[in-house]
Amino acid sequence: MIGKLFKKNKTIEIKSIKTTSRYNDISAEMYDKCEFCGEIIFKEDLIKNLKICPKCKGYHRLNPRERINMLLDDNSFEEYFEFIESSNPIVFEGYQEKIKLYQKRSDEKTAILTGTGKIDGKKIAIACMNPYFMMGSMGSALGEKLTRLIELATNKNLPVIIFTASGGARMQEGVFSLMQMAKISGALKKHSNQGNLYVTVLTDPTTGGVSASFAMLGDLILAEPKALIGFAGPRVIKQTIKSELPKGFQRSEYLLKHGFVDQIVKRKGMKNFLSRVLRIHQVGYNEKK
Amino acid sequence: MKKNKTAWEHVQLARHIDRPRTKEIIAMVCDDFIELHGDRYYMDDPAIIGGIGEIEGFPVTIIGHQKGKNTEENIKRNFGMAHPEGYRKALRLMKQAKKFNRPIINFIDTPGAYCGLEAEERGQSEAIARNLFEMMDLDVPILSIIIGEGGSGGALGLGVANDVWMLENSIYSVISPEGFSSILLKDASKAKEASEMMKIIPEDLLELSLIDEIINEPEGGGHLNHEDLGNILKKKITTKLISYNEIKKESFNIERYEKFRKYGKFNNKDLKV
Repeated sequence: MIGKLFKKNKTIEIKSIKTTSRYNDISAEMYDKCEFCGEIIFKEDLIKNLKICPKCKGYHRLNPRERINMLLDDNSFEEYFEFIESSNPIVFEGYQEKIKLYQKRSDEKTAILTGTGKIDGKKIAIACMNPYFMMGSMGSALGEKLTRLIELATNKNLPVIIFTASGGARMQEGVFSLMQMAKISGALKKHSNQGNLYVTVLTDPTTGGVSASFAMLGDLILAEPKALIGFAGPRVIKQTIKSELPKGFQRSEYLLKHGFVDQIVKRKGMKNFLSRVLRIHQVGYNEKK
Repeated sequence: MKKNKTAWEHVQLARHIDRPRTKEIIAMVCDDFIELHGDRYYMDDPAIIGGIGEIEGFPVTIIGHQKGKNTEENIKRNFGMAHPEGYRKALRLMKQAKKFNRPIINFIDTPGAYCGLEAEERGQSEAIARNLFEMMDLDVPILSIIIGEGGSGGALGLGVANDVWMLENSIYSVISPEGFSSILLKDASKAKEASEMMKIIPEDLLELSLIDEIINEPEGGGHLNHEDLGNILKKKITTKLISYNEIKKESFNIERYEKFRKYGKFNNKDLKV
């Protein structure tokens, strides 16, 4: 759906670009239209700017590999559990085909990337959800990968950092997807009981079953600016209460104000911020000489 | 058990206005019950009730979603759709149960957690998440019984249990059939078709090993005969309380985790296994 949207925009905008020297001989692959301000941006410029629009400062969503690249120490990422993929647990028609389509489109097997890596030399277990893979929805495979990662972190006493981006439970897997909420939360409880650190970074969007489970369970809950974060989506709430929603409702800043987020951290400062948090948790008070 | 009803008929029975609700079931099952109110942070949520009581000499903590018997009462109870306060009250009472080493019995009967502005403002997500997290670790037995609608995260917030039972005419789902139909079938009017695809009836969920037991209802359904349903439940619950009494305290949270740990169907393409 998102792919289609972009293609459509591209063809419309190609015509409107004036042939100045900079735009000579460029192919459509080289630029994108900012989804927030509508400006045409060179992809190269956007990537250099951590996928934040240089014009309007809008945060474009990241896929997990982009996130890992801008966050972890070079070559420190080691992927785990890439062999786990979705099946079709309640035999829902068309589900397998849909998975295949997204796999092909994203070059990923599931909507989550799990592994270990280092931030300024400090080892962590890390998971990044993929908003471009069926809107990061949580099914059995995602739940299993995340649970295994948390268990690995518990066994090795590693901090867990999860970047959330999800529309919620994957409905095509019925109650199996609902149960992932409990499964992952249970694994986090065990991790927590051993005194291990868990940090969540909420990115756009974090809603539904993901928001109502592991996203809200971090010792520290951080958020990227202006991310949509909520239990129900704004459209559903609007239908329920039959009136307009206040400006900024369910955005990171709104959650900070209401006490559900510790800090909003900009993409540029994320690595440094996490590094400081990890440093403070690295040595226990009693271990200090 | 043979399937003699369509899933849609199940949905309608699960939502039937004459079905016995949590309060009435508590009155039938308990020899004594004292309702306890409030989450100690913000307010008392009428959509979830809870308290302490006695069943055949066993002290218990009982919590449940509360729907109404008529429109007026349903408005007061918000149709069993709880705000964050409801889940926080439930957790307060469950932690109290742990302190006094009492078994916890949860009755689930909700279309889902409430999707409103204030619910978001006060952290609906956080409240449910916290329940899943803390319930997993409680070292007292938890028995959750779905008595009507088991709707999504709002149901699971009381559903992380050692044993999960469903009444014969109840449903348990990740989203309502209406929601499923409008999102996946792109047509809000196909709820009936959706319900048949979703695997939400007790027989299907038992077959998928996602619940532990189906409790048969009196002939025609519990809405026609509350008293018999009460007796059936009392007998079943008492038997379970006796069996919990023989299990070591330390094993309840371990067993609960292991039970939920197994949930999920996926392809494992690990060549090393």
